[in-house]
Amino acid sequence: MPVGSVIEFRNITKRFGDVTAVDDLSFTVEPGRVTGFLGPNGAGKTTTLRMLLGLIGPSSGTATLGGLRYHDLPHPLATVGAALEAASFHPGRTARNHLAISATAAGLPQTRVAEVLHLVGLAEHGGQRVGGYSLGMRQRLGLACTLLGDPGVLVLDEPINGLDPEGIKWIRGFLRDMAAEGRTVLVSSHLLSEVQQSVDDVIIIAKGRLVHRGPLSSLETQVASQIVVDSPDRDALATALTQAGIAFSPGRTGLLATAADPGTIGHIAYTAGVEVSVLHRQKKGLEDAFLTLVDGGDSL
Amino acid sequence: MLLRAIRAEFAKLLTTRIWWVLAIVMFGYIGMLSGGLAALFAGIQSGAIAPDAAGGTGQGAPPVGSLPPLVYSFASSVGYVFPVLLGALATTGEFRHQTLTPTFLANPRRAQVLGAKAIALFLAGGAFGVIALLTSVGVGSLVINAFGVDTLLGDGDTWALFGRILLAMALWATIGVGLGVLVPSQVASIVIVLAFTQFVEPLLRFASMFTEATAGIGQFLPGAASDALVGASVFTVASPVGGVTSSLDWWLGGLVLLAYAAVTTVGGYFVSWRRDVT
Repeated sequence: MPVGSVIEFRNITKRFGDVTAVDDLSFTVEPGRVTGFLGPNGAGKTTTLRMLLGLIGPSSGTATLGGLRYHDLPHPLATVGAALEAASFHPGRTARNHLAISATAAGLPQTRVAEVLHLVGLAEHGGQRVGGYSLGMRQRLGLACTLLGDPGVLVLDEPINGLDPEGIKWIRGFLRDMAAEGRTVLVSSHLLSEVQQSVDDVIIIAKGRLVHRGPLSSLETQVASQIVVDSPDRDALATALTQAGIAFSPGRTGLLATAADPGTIGHIAYTAGVEVSVLHRQKKGLEDAFLTLVDGGDSL
Repeated sequence: MLLRAIRAEFAKLLTTRIWWVLAIVMFGYIGMLSGGLAALFAGIQSGAIAPDAAGGTGQGAPPVGSLPPLVYSFASSVGYVFPVLLGALATTGEFRHQTLTPTFLANPRRAQVLGAKAIALFLAGGAFGVIALLTSVGVGSLVINAFGVDTLLGDGDTWALFGRILLAMALWATIGVGLGVLVPSQVASIVIVLAFTQFVEPLLRFASMFTEATAGIGQFLPGAASDALVGASVFTVASPVGGVTSSLDWWLGGLVLLAYAAVTTVGGYFVSWRRDVT
């Protein structure tokens, strides 16, 4: 079983001319967890990941995998597998040949080629030229590349882009499985909702700076949590909430109450003897928190 | 490690259609020229075609005995553009299709990757030389023989010529690699190769022949160095009357070509190869 190593960014900065794409970023990514690397388009996510992989040289600071820079890894593809945005393949080359070339260059057994094609569900299309692939198939081929060396660290840049619903479901399971096996999984996205169901931790950047990091649940405390509650007797419910000192506003499917958790509201309704028909946390709370953080970065 | 990198570069070359498309075009081009010109010159030499009928005063006919090497050397004197294109496409393709990303992920030692590419293309250029020779010698000797002129295929000098042609073709492919990293834009690279080899250099070489001083410089042009290495070329025959046709020793011609390959490749490494891959 491959062992995941810690990814560490230390004070990493990248300037392109006058533009500072990544600004003094420091964070670590732990094995055995799925870490979401979030930020709006142009926040510096791809640049940061490419610095980790030795494709872009940082202006200052370091990015390491298990304490080593990418250049110094004895077996790069067996240590970290990366699928980057705009997955780059020669359109006239078949998927199988793409993988075979990487396997040759990295000194990996050619038997892995068929194995990884099978793993990502491209076994039947391996002999096809990549020029004829759909975006979803390219994403899967990108994943096949990451798995070639059976690495302990996976770095995926926007892997959900272009996938159909079935593919999205598949990749969510895939990410969970990889982390459960003890691998380090870093997955970037510009939409929290895309990765919300599969990540344990989040790292959020905006304008090249770190704006938040911690477990996914830490985002909830960033905004006042909203509870959706409704009753056949909505007036009685409103009265009960007012008496309990809970702020609320009318919403589309009920009342939107400001409270830490649904239990609090349920208890108020119960003690007031009001029947409850709807009671749940407002789902877009996390997305709101994310957008607030990202906008906050904007004004810096 | 280097062997692995070279094998990967070979795999890249052989898994797209470029190499055999170029090989087929080269085959047709060299076959046509060596066949046609062999017929013309052998015809004149054997008396089957009167010099007047060929539209000349006889000065276009090479001295007796040098015809077969001249025809065989079409393999490199007109065929060298194909290994250059092969080399240039091998490097510019990596930029154009963004395959530098998987390339550098699999092997982050970039200088090693470029070195492996130069070596792989040197060998591939040699292989192109074999195809080119099979064409020029195959078609040329058939035509020459038909006119009753000695094909010189039993001559050791002819086989030494073949060896120098292979070396020239191999070196040209590495020059293509160097040009490709120096000018990573594929379109620009192809335009430069075609314009320089088909138009600019022949013109420069022709112009340089008129004075002693420029001829000294002209012999260091890559095409002139290549012809010096090979030792026979249609170009030396087509020189102006009374022109200065100075030529380097064959080994010096080879070194000049090698220098072009080294300078462009090392220069290209700093210009494009070691830059950020975004």
